[in-house]
Amino acid sequence: MADQSSHDPVTGTETTGHDWDGITELNTPLPRWWLWTLYLTIVWGVGYSIAYPAWPMIQGATTGFLGYSTRAEVAAEITRVDEQNAEVAAMLASAELANLPRDHPAYQFGVSGGAAIFRANCSQCHGAGAAGAVGYPNLLDDAWLWGGAIDEIEYTVRHGIRNEQDPDAHWSQMPAFGELLSDEEIEFTTEFILALSGQEHDATLAAEGDVLYAENCSSCHGELGLGDPTVGAPNLADAIWLYGGDRETIKYSITNARFGVMPAWGLRLSEEDVKAVTIYVHQLGGGQ
Amino acid sequence: MSEAMSTSLYAAREPIFPKDVKGTFRRLKWAIMAVTLGIYYLTPWIRWDRGPDLPSQAVLVDLANRRFYFFWIEIWPHEFYFVAGLLIMAGVGLFLFTSALGRVWCGYTCPQTVWTDLFLWVERKIDGDRNNQIRLLKSSWTFKKTRLRLTKWSIWLVIAVATGGAWVFYFADAPTLFNDLVTLQAAPIAYSTVAVLTATTFVFGGFMREQVCIYMCPWPRIQGAMMDDDTLTVAYRDWRGEPRGKVKRDQAPSLLGDCIDCKACVNVCPVGIDIRDGQQMECISCALCIDACDDIMAKIGKPRGLVDYLALSDEGREREGKEPLPAWRHIFRLRTMIYTAAWGLCGLTLLYALFIRPAIDITVAPVRNPQFVTLSDGAIRNAYDIRLRNKHGEARPFEFNVIGDKSFVVRLEGVDGLQVMVPADETALQRVYVVAPKKSEPARAKRTELRFWVEDNVSGERTYQDSLFNGKGAE
Repeated sequence: MADQSSHDPVTGTETTGHDWDGITELNTPLPRWWLWTLYLTIVWGVGYSIAYPAWPMIQGATTGFLGYSTRAEVAAEITRVDEQNAEVAAMLASAELANLPRDHPAYQFGVSGGAAIFRANCSQCHGAGAAGAVGYPNLLDDAWLWGGAIDEIEYTVRHGIRNEQDPDAHWSQMPAFGELLSDEEIEFTTEFILALSGQEHDATLAAEGDVLYAENCSSCHGELGLGDPTVGAPNLADAIWLYGGDRETIKYSITNARFGVMPAWGLRLSEEDVKAVTIYVHQLGGGQ
Repeated sequence: MSEAMSTSLYAAREPIFPKDVKGTFRRLKWAIMAVTLGIYYLTPWIRWDRGPDLPSQAVLVDLANRRFYFFWIEIWPHEFYFVAGLLIMAGVGLFLFTSALGRVWCGYTCPQTVWTDLFLWVERKIDGDRNNQIRLLKSSWTFKKTRLRLTKWSIWLVIAVATGGAWVFYFADAPTLFNDLVTLQAAPIAYSTVAVLTATTFVFGGFMREQVCIYMCPWPRIQGAMMDDDTLTVAYRDWRGEPRGKVKRDQAPSLLGDCIDCKACVNVCPVGIDIRDGQQMECISCALCIDACDDIMAKIGKPRGLVDYLALSDEGREREGKEPLPAWRHIFRLRTMIYTAAWGLCGLTLLYALFIRPAIDITVAPVRNPQFVTLSDGAIRNAYDIRLRNKHGEARPFEFNVIGDKSFVVRLEGVDGLQVMVPADETALQRVYVVAPKKSEPARAKRTELRFWVEDNVSGERTYQDSLFNGKGAE
């Protein structure tokens, strides 16, 4: 196919000399600098793969002469942000939460940081939206087993509930009345509690339960069933039920008693993290 | 490969030495160069008072704070459609001008053309005109050549640094950044941006020139779709000029056309083509060949316009000796009118949007996890994360009001009352609670519509957004 180069008779353009059955290829030369640009990109590419992590090996990849890694960059970035926040974090760690104004930078830092800590540590039981679940308190409403003031929330977060690792943890004691009362007595008491919370009930049975309640329950839950946050006794007269407020569930709770648990976060989280998550929970809508 | 590959598939750049030229279009190009370069270099230095909390630079792209300032207009990221609209207008405008007047963008206002023109001017001041430049290129490296080359490159470099430097001033307060740059305190990104743009200006304006237009820019290849026979573009009247040739004494002049083949049009061409070969992709329509040819025509006593802005559809009329159609007959045609209409429609829409946009704004995001909270007294509470925007240059008090059901009680998280301060030129996020008492209609219903109003207590400006209240029926 090779032939001598010549000129195309129609356009006058030089041909490459290639000839296929009389069809020739016109030569419209590319600028030479373009060719050099191509070579330059090849050199650049080779150099880049030497300087930076590139070639896959059996284990990992070549590390590159510059020692760059995205992981190290992220670590450096985290360190940088931590250093940047060190001052406000220290302010938060030493703050008295009850006296911390809302427009204080440490408060703002606590809300944002607390949200992340909550998602990582608390959302498994209390839910990502803090709405709780059966047996796990809703942190958005205005009912608090152990008090909803910011100091009380901080204490609960720090020491946990029924936690043997922390001697200061909250312990609520309720006997399993199944061993102390007869089935009939439990039924009377159940009707009385339904009456306390303004639900449908059998008034005759409830009247029987009144005495039983006064003898067995009122010392913790109060005569009117308003509860006592100092001993973790829930309010039985309101619309909020941790395990459920229907007849069957109340009966089960009286018979077997319920014991929720919560880790003592003071043993796991740093001081500022405990305070941050406290601030976050307190401003979710239920804080007092 | 056979030895028959005697020709190279690659070609070295042929140096081009455009000759200096004087005339109407050259003067126009100087004027446009002065205006465009003036706008580019000086705009960042124009001051504009927006109050103490906002930058006082008239034109500023504040990337860190996500704001774009243009004199009295301030664009937030959610208003990026203004920028998109301007880009659409720029595109349609380019279609309009190209279909009406050919590549006027390339010839007069493209930065590549403008800076190359400036670099050529410097080159002529240092090296002399075309013939001197050719002689200098061929000469060996004498002291004089070295001195001239270094002088020229130094001036080019100064222009390039000023060009790269001016760019970064659009992104930060110009006087502060200038001070930081000079005292070596500016951010590394500022220096690297200046360095890159200095390098491109120096290389593109000084050495690449027409190579950028021919091989790097996509526009020459798109132009074919924009132009038609009615487009007024720089062209040669071959019906008048041919057969070309120098009039010899013993020859009857009537046998020849008006073109005397003096090559004046070729010598002034910055892209190194011969306009007499017809329409070419390389031609940037700079019109300098028109000036060059008019000058020659005047000298030999022929009418101007052998090379001229003309519509190819006039060829037939001109061959018959008639006058070409007036320019407006070529410019006002369906195509250009459609482009103008689209351009104007887009522009009017943007203007309308610009003038009706409020200075305050509210965005309501209902909290959906959970959909509602039951309070101890049996009331139902919904929470809403509400973002308030204050585009004023000062902090403003915003007051909430909820319209929906008479029973609704509104409360703000962490705030007594219903008023919050929103800082100047910022947004504020506020959680708002709406409570429906136990057994009220919205507490029992699945959903109730409600409207959040917010009022700027200083200006009385109001705006609202609708949302929903979830009741127990939603369970």
